[in-house]
Amino acid sequence: MQGQTERQLKASRSRLLKDRLARVGVTTGGVLVLVALLLIFFYLLYVVQPIFESASVKPLHSFNIDADDKTLALGMEEQAEIGYRFGDSGVAEFFALKDNSLAERKTGDTIEQKSLARAEQITSFARSLPVHQQFVYGLNNGQAIIVQPKFQVTFPETARTQGTRQVERLIMPRFETLNEGEPLQVDEQGRPLEQLAYATDGEGMLLTAVTASDTLLITKFVAEQNFLTGAVSLTPRFEQRVLTSAIRDIAVTPDLNKVFVLINNRIVVYSVSMSGAVSESQVIPLNGREFGQAQALNLMPGAATVLVSHEQGIISQWFEVPTDDGRTFKYIRQFDAGGAIVDLEVEDYRRTFYAVTVDGQLNVFHTTSEADLYSEALPNENTQAIAIDPRANHLLAEAGNELTLFELSNEHPEVTWSALWQEVWYEGYPEPSYTWQSTSGSDDFESKFSLVPISFGTIKAALYAMLFAVPIGVAAAVYTAYFMSPSVRKVVKPTVEIMEALPTVILGFLAGLWLAPIVEAYLPGVIAVIVLTPLAIIGFAALWQLLPTAIRSILGEGRASLILVPIVLLVGWLSFSMSPWVEATLFDGNVRGYLTNELGITFDQRNSLVVGIAMGFAVIPTIFSIAEDAVFSVPKHLSNGSLALGATPWQTLTKVVLLTASPGIFSAIMMGLGRAVGETMIVLMATGNTPIMDWNIFEGMRTLSANIAVEMPESEVGSSHYRILFLAAFVLFIFTFFFNTIAEFVRQRLRDKYSSM
Amino acid sequence: MKQWFRTGKPWIWLTAGAVTVSLVAVIGLVLMIGWRGLSFFWPTAIHQMTVETTSGETRTLIGEIYDSEEVPIDRVRQSGVELANDEGELITRYLMKIGNREYVPLDFTWVVEPTIVDDQIPADMAIIERTKDGNFYGRIVAIEQQGETVATHGDENFRDVLFERVERAVELHKQGQQLQEGEIGRINFQLSELTLEERRLKLEGKLTESAIAELDAERQRLQAEYQDLEKTLFSIRDSAYRDALMVEDFRGEIVAVPMYRVLDVNFPNDMHLLAKIGHFFQQIGKFVSEPPREANTEGGVFPAIFGTVFMVLLMSVIVTPFGVVAAVYLHEYAGKNPVTKLIRIAVINLAGVPSIVYGVFGLGFFVYMVGGSIDQIFYPEALPNPTFGTPGVLWSAITLAILTLPVVIVSTEEGLARIPSTLREGSLALGATKWETIWRIIVPMASPAIMTGLILAVARAAGEVAPLMLVGVVKSAPMLPVDGNFPYFHLDRKFMHLGFHIYDVGFQSPNVEASRPLVYATSFLLITVIVGLNLTAIGVRNHLREKYRALEQ
Repeated sequence: MQGQTERQLKASRSRLLKDRLARVGVTTGGVLVLVALLLIFFYLLYVVQPIFESASVKPLHSFNIDADDKTLALGMEEQAEIGYRFGDSGVAEFFALKDNSLAERKTGDTIEQKSLARAEQITSFARSLPVHQQFVYGLNNGQAIIVQPKFQVTFPETARTQGTRQVERLIMPRFETLNEGEPLQVDEQGRPLEQLAYATDGEGMLLTAVTASDTLLITKFVAEQNFLTGAVSLTPRFEQRVLTSAIRDIAVTPDLNKVFVLINNRIVVYSVSMSGAVSESQVIPLNGREFGQAQALNLMPGAATVLVSHEQGIISQWFEVPTDDGRTFKYIRQFDAGGAIVDLEVEDYRRTFYAVTVDGQLNVFHTTSEADLYSEALPNENTQAIAIDPRANHLLAEAGNELTLFELSNEHPEVTWSALWQEVWYEGYPEPSYTWQSTSGSDDFESKFSLVPISFGTIKAALYAMLFAVPIGVAAAVYTAYFMSPSVRKVVKPTVEIMEALPTVILGFLAGLWLAPIVEAYLPGVIAVIVLTPLAIIGFAALWQLLPTAIRSILGEGRASLILVPIVLLVGWLSFSMSPWVEATLFDGNVRGYLTNELGITFDQRNSLVVGIAMGFAVIPTIFSIAEDAVFSVPKHLSNGSLALGATPWQTLTKVVLLTASPGIFSAIMMGLGRAVGETMIVLMATGNTPIMDWNIFEGMRTLSANIAVEMPESEVGSSHYRILFLAAFVLFIFTFFFNTIAEFVRQRLRDKYSSM
Repeated sequence: MKQWFRTGKPWIWLTAGAVTVSLVAVIGLVLMIGWRGLSFFWPTAIHQMTVETTSGETRTLIGEIYDSEEVPIDRVRQSGVELANDEGELITRYLMKIGNREYVPLDFTWVVEPTIVDDQIPADMAIIERTKDGNFYGRIVAIEQQGETVATHGDENFRDVLFERVERAVELHKQGQQLQEGEIGRINFQLSELTLEERRLKLEGKLTESAIAELDAERQRLQAEYQDLEKTLFSIRDSAYRDALMVEDFRGEIVAVPMYRVLDVNFPNDMHLLAKIGHFFQQIGKFVSEPPREANTEGGVFPAIFGTVFMVLLMSVIVTPFGVVAAVYLHEYAGKNPVTKLIRIAVINLAGVPSIVYGVFGLGFFVYMVGGSIDQIFYPEALPNPTFGTPGVLWSAITLAILTLPVVIVSTEEGLARIPSTLREGSLALGATKWETIWRIIVPMASPAIMTGLILAVARAAGEVAPLMLVGVVKSAPMLPVDGNFPYFHLDRKFMHLGFHIYDVGFQSPNVEASRPLVYATSFLLITVIVGLNLTAIGVRNHLREKYRALEQ
C-alpha cells in the first residue's frame, strides 16, 4: 500500500517535471519568433552601421632611417611591409616597415639602395598618378630618368612548417628604370628642367617641364610597338610655349591629352593631341580673393578632377562640365584643411585625399561625399610628407629622419547621409543630381550612390499599383461582404484569395512578356477598357431596372457579379477589337509615334502602367481579404437598425457600415501598400529597371527591392555597395514594419470595438 | 433617372463590377496560362508555304505557325514590306517557327498573309527533335548507315525502320548519359574527395608517407576504373555515330542529320486524333521527367521540379516544429502581457516583411556568417573554396522557413482556437497535466489545422523567387542535391527552382521567342501545384470547421 502511493507520487512528480519542462520549452519556442524578427533587424543594422563610421588613424610604430638627404617622394607597396623613398641626392632606397623573420629584416633596415643620378645633376622631380607608381628625376641637361619600384611576391616552400597553416610571404623589391635605363630627352636644346610633371597611360608618356626664362616644354612620347619583334619604341614630339608670368605648378592627365599650368590664380589648360600637337584650350580663373593664393595642383584618380591647394589651407575642386559652349572647367566645392598645406596625397582608386598642414595636422577628405572624414594632429608636428599604400590601409609619415607607420581605417568614405539622400555633383555631370550608378568597368570609377531615385521608383510603382488596386479591392470587398448572396460568396471569396497565392514570378512574367506588348500594340484599347467598363456597368444597371420585377427577383441582385461577367467580357472584346481601327483613324496607325512626337511623352514598352496593373492584381487580394473581413464583421444589428429606420441599402452602407468598418479598410490599404512596396519579381520583370525620376506613366522605374535583386549577387562582400544594398533592405524593412504595425494596431482596436457592441 | 441614382443602385452595381473584374482576371489568367501551357504539348501541323519576297521571287518555308496577329496595314508598310492590294486596314501576319537553326540566322520569321502564294500541309513532313540546334523540319528521304542507304522514302516499311533506328539512337544516348552521370560522376566525386582528404591530412600534419601511398593507390585504382568506363563510353558513342537521316529541308537541299543527335521524330500532319492525344501526354511526360537542354530553351524541367520539392520538404521539416510550438505558446500558455503583444506584432511583421529582405538577411547572416564559420571549423581543407559559405539549398530552406513561419503559426493558432474549451477542461479535470492535455488531446485534434498551415507554407515557398535568387538558386545546376554518392544528401549544393526557371528562361534566355511556350508550360505546372495545394488547404479548413461546429453542439 505504502509502495503504491510512493510510486504514484514519484510518477506524478516526473509528470509534473515534464509539464514544467514543456512549459519552458514552449515558451522558449514562442519567444524565438520575436528573436527571429529582432535578429533580422539587428543583423541588417550591424551590416549597415560601418558605412557611417568616419575614418580613424592609429599609429603602429616609429623608427629612424639613416639618410642625409631630403626626401622627394615616399611610398609603400600593397602589403605595407616595404617602404621606399627618393632622395634629392639621386639615391632611391627600400626599407622595411615591419619585421620579417623570413627575410631577416628589422623595421627600418635598408633593403636596397640604388643611385639613379648624381646629386648635382638633379634639378627637379615628378611622379605619375599613384596608380602607375612611376617617379621621374629631371636633370640639368634636359633629360629625365623614369624609375618604377617593383615588388615580387613569393611564398617559399621552406617557410611552411608542419602543423601550421600560416604561409609566409616574401616580398623582394627592386627599382626598374624605364627605357632600359636610358634617360629620355625632354628638352631638345638640353636646358635644365626646373619643374617637371609626368604622366603615363602605361605605354605612351607625357612630360611637361619648365626651363629657365619661364619656357614651358611639352614633350609627348608616343609608344609604337613593332609588330614583328614586339619591341616598343618611343617617338618624342617636342613643343614649347613661352609664358609671361611665373609658373607655380604643372600637372598632366594620365590620358595624356591635357596639361594644367598654374600661374598666379589661374590655370591654363593645354590640349595635347594624339600625336603630341599642343593647343591652348582654356583658362580657368581661380578666385584668389576668396580662396587665397593658389599654390599647387593635384589630380584625382580618373584624372577628371583637379584639386587646387590655396595659401590658407583651402582646397578647391574643379572638373569639366558640359555647358552650352562645350566642356569647361568649373568650381565644384571646397575643403578647408585649416592651415597652409605641406603635402597632399590622393588615393589610388577612390576619391579620398589626405592633406598635411604646416602645424602637423592631418585631414582626410572625400570629394564625392564632400566629407571631412578625419582631422587631427599627427604625433610629430614637423611632418613633411606622407604616403598612402595602394590599398589605403596604411599611412606613412615622415618628419626629419623619423618615420611613423599608421594604420588607416577608412572603409566607406564615399557614403554619408547627405550623399545618400541629397543632390551630389558628380564628375562630368552638368549639375548636382540624384543618381544611382553603382558599378562600372573601370577601377577609378566614381560610384554614385543616391538612394533617392530608387526610393522614388519604389513609391511610384506602389502608387500606380494602389491607384489600380484600392478602388477595385475595396469595392469588391464591400459588395462581397454586404450585398452578395451567401452561396455566391462562398465561391467568390476563396477564388479571389487564391489570387494571392499566385506566384508573383508568374504575374511578372505575364506582365513583361504578355501584357507589355499588348499595352504597346493596343494602347487605345487598354485605355478604352479602363474608361468603358464602369460606364457599361452603369448602363447595364439602368437597363436592368427596366426588366420585370419577376425576372429580377429570380436572378437576384445578390448575383450581380456573375450577371456582369458577360458584360465585362464584351466590353473588353469590343475595346480591343476596335483598338487598331481607332489607332488607324485617329493616330495615323501609330499611337506610340503620336505620343512621342506630338505630346513629347517618352514611351517604354515596360512601363508603369503595366506594373500598376500587374502589381495591382497582386495587391487586390490582400486588400480584398482584410477589408471584406472588416465589413463582414460589422454587427448586423447596426445595419438592420438603419434599414428599419427607412434608409436605403446604399445609405446604410455609406453612413453606417463603411463608417464602422473604416479602420479595417484603412488597415487593409496599409497592408496592401506594404506588399506593393516590397514586391520584387513583378517590378524586376515588368519594368526596364532604369533608375529615373519621372512620374510619367509610360516610363519605367527601378525600385529598392528590384535593385537589391539585380545588384546583390554581384556586389563584393563588405564593400560600400554591399552595405548600401543592406541599407536599402533595412529601409524596406522599417517601411513595411511601420505600415504593418499601424495596420495591426488599428485592426486590434476595431476588434475590441466590435466585441463591445 | 435622377431618382434611381439617388437610391444608390448604380453604385452597388459598380461594386459588383469590381468583383466581376477580379473574378474575370483570376480565372482568365489561370485559363490563359493553362491554354498556352498545354497547347505547347499538342502536336501542331507543319506548313509548307510558298512566300513571295519583296524582290518578287518566291521562297519556301517549312515550319509551325506559332502565333498570328492583326496589324494595321500602315505599320507593315513602314517596316518595308510592299503590298500590292490595298483592301481593308488590317492584315494578318503569322509568326513561323522554321527551326533548322544551323542553316538560318533566325529560327523564327514573320509572314504577312497577302504574300503567301501557296500553303500546304504535306503528310510526310517530319519534325525532328535534336539534342543540339533545336528542331529540324523537313521531309526525310532516306536513312543511311555509315554512308550507305538502308531505306528510302516510299519503302513500305520506311517508318518502321526509321522508328526502330531512332529508338536505338535514343537508347544509346541514354546509356552514354547514364554512364557519364552515374559511374563517371561517382569517380570524379571520389577523386575530388581524395584531394580534399590529402589537404586535410596535410593541414593536420598527419600526411605521412604511408598515408600518401594509400591515397595514391586509391587514386590509381579510380583512374584505372575511369579508363575502363571511358572505353565503354567511347564504344557506345562510336556505335551511336552509325546512322544518319537524309532530310530535304525548306531550301530543297538534302542534308544529313546525324542520328546520335536525334531524340524523336514525329509526323504531326499524319496523326489522327488518338495519336495526337497520345503524343500530347507523351510530351507532358517528357517535360516533367527530362532535364533542360540548350541553355534551358529546350527539353524538360525535371531538375527544377526536383530542386523545388527537395527545398520545400527541407523547409517543412524546419518550419513545422517551430511554427507549432510558437502557436501553442501563443494560444495555450501566453498570458495577457506586453511580451505576448510583442510576439503577436512580430508574427504580423514577419508575414509583412518583403521577401527580398529575407533574401538579403539569409545571404548575409546564414550564408556568409554562419556558413563562413562552418567552413572555417569543419571544412578548412576546401578553403578558399567555400563549402557552406556559399548560397545553397540548406540556406534557402532555412530562409524560407523563417518566411513561412507566420503562415504556420496563424493557421495552427486558428485551429487551436476552434477546439472547444470543454475538451481541455475535461482532460484537466481527469487529472492530466497541461502538457499531457496539449500533447495527447489538443495537438492531435489540431493536426489538420497544422497540415493546412504546412500546405499553405509549402505553396508560398514553392512560388517564392526573390529571396532564393540570393541564397541558393541557379539557372542550371549540374548536380542534383541528392545522388548516390555518400552522404547522399548534399545540402551545400545549389539547386534549380521552378519559379526561378520561369524568370530565367523568360528573361535571361538567348532565344526568348523559342523558349516562351516553355515558360508558359512551366508556369502552368507551378500554378497547378500551387492552386492545388491552396484548394486542398481550403478544403481541409472547411472540413475542420464543420467538424468542430458539430463538436460544440
